[in-house]
Amino acid sequence: MKIVAIDRQGKEHTLEGRDGWTVMEILRDGGLDIAAECGGACACATCHVYVNDGWFEKLPAPSESEIDMLDMALAVEPNSRLSCQIVCSETTDGIKVTVAPE
Amino acid sequence: MTAAAPIETDVAIIGAGPIGLFAVFELGLLDLKCHLVDILDRPGGQCTELYPEKPIYDIPGLPIVTGQELTNRLLEQVKPFNPQFHFNEMATGLEKLADGRWKLSTDAGTTLIVPVVVIAGGAGSFVPKRPPIPGIEVFENAGDGVGVHYAVRKMENFRGKNILIAGGGDSALDWTINLAPLAKSLTLVHHRDGFRAAQHSVNQMRELEAAGKIKFHVASVKALHGEAGKLASVTLAGADKSEWHHETDAFLPFFGLTIKLGPIAEFGIHLNENLIPVDTAKFESQTLGIFAIGDINTYPGKLKLILSGFHEAALMSQAAFHIVRPNEKLRFQYTTSSSSLQKKLGVS
Ligand SMILES: Cc1cc2nc3c(=O)[nH]c(=O)nc-3n(C[C@H](O)[C@H](O)[C@H](O)COP(=O)(O)OP(=O)(O)OC[C@H]3O[C@@H](n4cnc5c(N)ncnc54)[C@H](O)[C@@H]3O)c2cc1C
Ligand code: FES
Repeated sequence: MKIVAIDRQGKEHTLEGRDGWTVMEILRDGGLDIAAECGGACACATCHVYVNDGWFEKLPAPSESEIDMLDMALAVEPNSRLSCQIVCSETTDGIKVTVAPE
Repeated sequence: MTAAAPIETDVAIIGAGPIGLFAVFELGLLDLKCHLVDILDRPGGQCTELYPEKPIYDIPGLPIVTGQELTNRLLEQVKPFNPQFHFNEMATGLEKLADGRWKLSTDAGTTLIVPVVVIAGGAGSFVPKRPPIPGIEVFENAGDGVGVHYAVRKMENFRGKNILIAGGGDSALDWTINLAPLAKSLTLVHHRDGFRAAQHSVNQMRELEAAGKIKFHVASVKALHGEAGKLASVTLAGADKSEWHHETDAFLPFFGLTIKLGPIAEFGIHLNENLIPVDTAKFESQTLGIFAIGDINTYPGKLKLILSGFHEAALMSQAAFHIVRPNEKLRFQYTTSSSSLQKKLGVS
């Protein structure tokens, strides 16, 4: 189960996802610079990513509280998500995300 | 800011998170009086700012307690010691005085003169998020009512100004509503036509928009323009990527808070990767008289847990006592059986 992540310097990393873990946790453990200050509580918006290459549409829709919390994210785009709210599973295998600017 | 008279006390605590609060209790049992400084407007640190309603399951003796409840209980526990809080203030300066005491100053002009400083600053101070717009810092601190501001200290400063507000939370809407009557013009931009704010604020904003008193665009700010630090206009981009120019005197982005180490880095205390190394007997930094407890410190085996911070506060207090009262002896006592401790707690 793979996650392809592009960091703020534009460098691409291929990380091993884990079933049931969040994309935020995989990015953080993979050493990417992502603050995730609230530890996945959907309360800080510092785990903001852009979901690329058609993956945005394939994900389950964001919850009401994620949409609300995105109001506190910077530089929001139509493909913005909070990575702590994306759970790794077979259906996310190969997902491509870009860490949003700080 | 006009400086108030310096306050002399026993201990100055930077940070009113759970660990700073519990330190008041442990120091209080030893008759040491505390003043606390926090940039937030209320106590609780991460517990109240990041997860007030989430349950915590690993506080000894409290099988389940939310961040807010834990903070409330700590406040109740420290009440007998009458701690003095300085909220909305950033601890910005730390200086050693000739008599060996420390002078801690804040950005609001408070000065604390103390023999002991306890840094319970967590991961640092909560500060407003700065939008990633190139060159935005040039327009910060440009003066009253003009340029980029992350907070409104005095509404009057914005009278007669063209104001642009960005964001979709309560602060963005509250300031839209409050500043609209005195602004020359007010425009609100947000990336979607929906808001994470109290419904009555959203209603009020919509009424102002319908009455033509403010403008609202689904848009975001892409660039800032102006000569020599004087903001003149911005580039806005709509949902369809179309861009246009918008003239404004002031730009107020409200995207909530983020944690930055902040001024603690400039205190001249030894740091290791933004943490303060301490010994595990006293939790003192490498600078004598400056202690560090809670998430901000590091030592072999450190766990960033609330219960670890509580333990650190207890040991730190013993060491702090010997600095504040060098000629007095400390006797180990239980709160259960010591009548003198119970008197201090107001329960005997
Ligand atoms: C989502 C989440 C869940 C958590 N769950 C648990 C859990 O289940 N169990 C557990 O034990 N821990 C948990 N934690 C960790 C716990 O919250 C922290 O260990 C704890 O808050 C640390 O307390 P503190 O007082 O050291 O620092 P903080 O709570 O970070 O407080 C520090 C305070 O200092 C202030 N400050 C810093 N610098 C300055 C300055 N220069 N001037 C003025 N003010 C300043 C800050 O504004 C802040 O209010 C969790 C954390 C998060 C984010
Ligand atoms: S980690 Fe805070 S919202 Fe995702």
